[in-house]
Amino acid sequence: MTTLSSIPRPSSISRRDLLKTGSTLVVSFTLGLKRSVAQTASSDADLGKPVDPKQVDTFLAVHADGSVTVYTGKVDLGTGLRVAIRQMAAEELGVPVERVELIEGDTALTPDQGATGGSTGLTRGGVEVRQAAATARQALLKLGADRLNRPASELALDNGQVHPIAGGVGVGIGDLIGGKKFAMSVDANAPLKPPASYNVVGKPVSRPDIPAKCTAKHTYIQDFSVPGMLHGRVIRPPSIGSKVVSVDESSIRAIPDVRVVRIENFVGVVARDEWAAVRAARDLKVVWSDWQGLPGNAALDRYVRAAAIDKDQPIVTRGDTAPAMTGAAKKFSATYYWPNQSHASLGPSCAIADIRADRATIWTASQATHNMRENFTKVFDLPKGKVRVIYLDGAGCYGGNGNDDAAADAALLSKTVGQPVRVQWMRQEEHGWDPKGPQQLLDLRAGTDAQGNVLAWETEIWVPTGVPGARPLLAADAAGIAQDHGQGAGLLTQNCDPPYAASNVKVVAHLTKETPLRPSNLRAPGKIGNVFAVESFTDEIAASAGVDPVAYRLDRLKDPRAIEVIKKATEMFGWQKRPSPNSRALEGKLAIGRGVAYARYKQAENYVAMAMEVAVDRSTGQIAVRRVTCAHDCGLIVNPDALRNQVEGLIVQTLSRTLHEEVKFDRSRVTSIDWMTYPILRFPEVPQIEVALIDRPELPLLGAGEAAGVTVGAALGNAVFDATGVRLRTAPFTPERVKAALTAE
Amino acid sequence: MATYKFQVNGRATSAESWDPAQPLLYVLRNQLGLHGPKFGCGLSQCGACTVLIDGKATRSCVTPVRQAEGRSVTTLEGLGTPQTPDPVQAAFIAEQAAQCGYCTNGMIMAAKSFLAQNPKPTLEQAKQGLAGNLCRCGTHTRVLRAVMRAARA
Repeated sequence: MTTLSSIPRPSSISRRDLLKTGSTLVVSFTLGLKRSVAQTASSDADLGKPVDPKQVDTFLAVHADGSVTVYTGKVDLGTGLRVAIRQMAAEELGVPVERVELIEGDTALTPDQGATGGSTGLTRGGVEVRQAAATARQALLKLGADRLNRPASELALDNGQVHPIAGGVGVGIGDLIGGKKFAMSVDANAPLKPPASYNVVGKPVSRPDIPAKCTAKHTYIQDFSVPGMLHGRVIRPPSIGSKVVSVDESSIRAIPDVRVVRIENFVGVVARDEWAAVRAARDLKVVWSDWQGLPGNAALDRYVRAAAIDKDQPIVTRGDTAPAMTGAAKKFSATYYWPNQSHASLGPSCAIADIRADRATIWTASQATHNMRENFTKVFDLPKGKVRVIYLDGAGCYGGNGNDDAAADAALLSKTVGQPVRVQWMRQEEHGWDPKGPQQLLDLRAGTDAQGNVLAWETEIWVPTGVPGARPLLAADAAGIAQDHGQGAGLLTQNCDPPYAASNVKVVAHLTKETPLRPSNLRAPGKIGNVFAVESFTDEIAASAGVDPVAYRLDRLKDPRAIEVIKKATEMFGWQKRPSPNSRALEGKLAIGRGVAYARYKQAENYVAMAMEVAVDRSTGQIAVRRVTCAHDCGLIVNPDALRNQVEGLIVQTLSRTLHEEVKFDRSRVTSIDWMTYPILRFPEVPQIEVALIDRPELPLLGAGEAAGVTVGAALGNAVFDATGVRLRTAPFTPERVKAALTAE
Repeated sequence: MATYKFQVNGRATSAESWDPAQPLLYVLRNQLGLHGPKFGCGLSQCGACTVLIDGKATRSCVTPVRQAEGRSVTTLEGLGTPQTPDPVQAAFIAEQAAQCGYCTNGMIMAAKSFLAQNPKPTLEQAKQGLAGNLCRCGTHTRVLRAVMRAARA
């Protein structure tokens, strides 16, 4: 039997979605509809809602009216997860998708399913919810059997009703269990619905957040406020390692109601009025010590090559490359470089913290609320077990951007002044101080026979070593608070070897002890740079052998899914078989070329193939991407339109990273601190994009938040080679760099 | 503390500011509770803060509140609601033209102003019309489809 304990559930919400602190807590998860969780609680961190991932009640609750609330620790970073997880739950539970609410990333309400990163939102978040829903489905059938006096095998559950398959009176799931707990473990063996019977998985259900986002009804973290909240800003030093020499508070005397907070080298201001905080942070006279500890970005590749090594890690060792290389008819070697890049979120990071002696609440757009709770409890000495971290949407973060640091700023200020504090970073902070996707340097060598068959392949890659522990928070470092100095930036060494038949392969990673700028995971960590190198180098080999680059790849792949994406992308493109470079490239002052690239993401997940047409202006070095075709296979597709949105976005974003983006820094500081100094792709540069989604309902689903980006750099570089005969091995492909390469030809 | 009077979304409104240079964006968001316009850069570089002033797309992050005096300001809230969206909003919803949606305010307001000037643009003109608005998620192709759809509506 079920127990009768009540479960937090949605109720109506006031239009302004304010959170009231005190005895009644109203937290809104607004999607423009009436969505919220109403709670009366003595402790924010413990609401009595189960969060143990072994329990069904952790993941879902059925209400008396038959509606369902689903809970996930994963969050929608603009990716469409919010609709896709609803679809997965609705499918297994047999309820209409519009009757499913979703609550994301609230440590008091949702299970810890790991950070929303590495394209795991659905593969872990969705799949765990699905299994809980499948378990619940069996339980509901059993309850229905008791109620209807028929064996469960004669019953079905759909449209929110358990009813006899043969027809007749049914009973709603709200009647069966509404408001009560399932009180059972998730059954790993609970049967899933067969894909052939899917009603809502696989359908392009509209995202529930988009109407609200288009009409200003969506509450972002930047729009959220709590009573008594102050606005905070932090004064960042002019150099990364500067120390405070003096602070002249009289310099902001004219600005009303501002308080300066100084803790060692942490200098912040709080004010009731946001503009006062902004002005005070700008005008406060702080004298800082000089510091020049950076190598500058101009010769970063040389710096990395000379950097102290933590360890050399073998990534792939197959056969014996040395003798195979010696015996090869042709030898190739090249160095590729992918630059340090910023997440460059369009909206600066923002957070609100309410730190009290007996409890703490933090509202954040972080991709990792559970990790934040653990780390912040330790770093800021918050009351253990009384810390609640609540996710609200921010601007797209694409990994570990400044969100955690903004939350740390807010937490330290709130703890110091004893009031809730909201911190929103300024533009120069987001560009200058977000932890960066680290640079990658790759040396590639190959030995082939006369036909271009690879006999030996060697990759050496230099990336920062993955020091374990949490990434250091700017505020804690500045304030002299002890903390972890982890250096995790994602799985940087995947996709470093070619997927084409090669019997002798050696990939070694030189993990550098240090890296100039604080690293973190930036969308598809490592894979974009690695596939750029490996697929460009493959193109070099194919061109040297005089073989069409598509035929070269197809001849050396056996996996039918790999072959299918390449065929599909190149058919859509209208690919004409010939070797590169293009002997008829010239079209006036433009050189026209086409390129192809293929990858299996992480060498174990999605299949992606991409063809691209470019026009290179030889006089200016300007590259215009005219057309992109992409075929994408991520197994079972949950929501084809949300998926297409992701794939299109990944193509455009990675074109931007390949054409424009590189973090610039001098000896002291990051100097690319806004959209002029760190330009991204603009509308006039947007190519025609055609995407083919290959659905495989019978296969497991794979995440799609990263994969389609990885082939962009190589497809583009290969197209430029086809057009000009010049190989670009360093990103970004700025006009200056392209022109220099063309001149050096 | 000076008082500034202007129209916001068709209603006579007044706002106070201790600093006449305070950008209109902060007044709209913090005093008037209008969260459509977003802070993106504060430098007039990205377009997230765009509002219409007397019908023309304007970057509210660099528009001092005193410059709004006597003018008519329209924010995203003033266009329509999920139930009764403006045709441009309806087109963005129909095309699912958002990912994180942080730039969406600017895209819709810029498109509104652009389409008022160019009711039947070519795709190329639409691209140029939005050249000053940045999107980081790469939703550009959908935004363009939405603008073209709105032009057909």
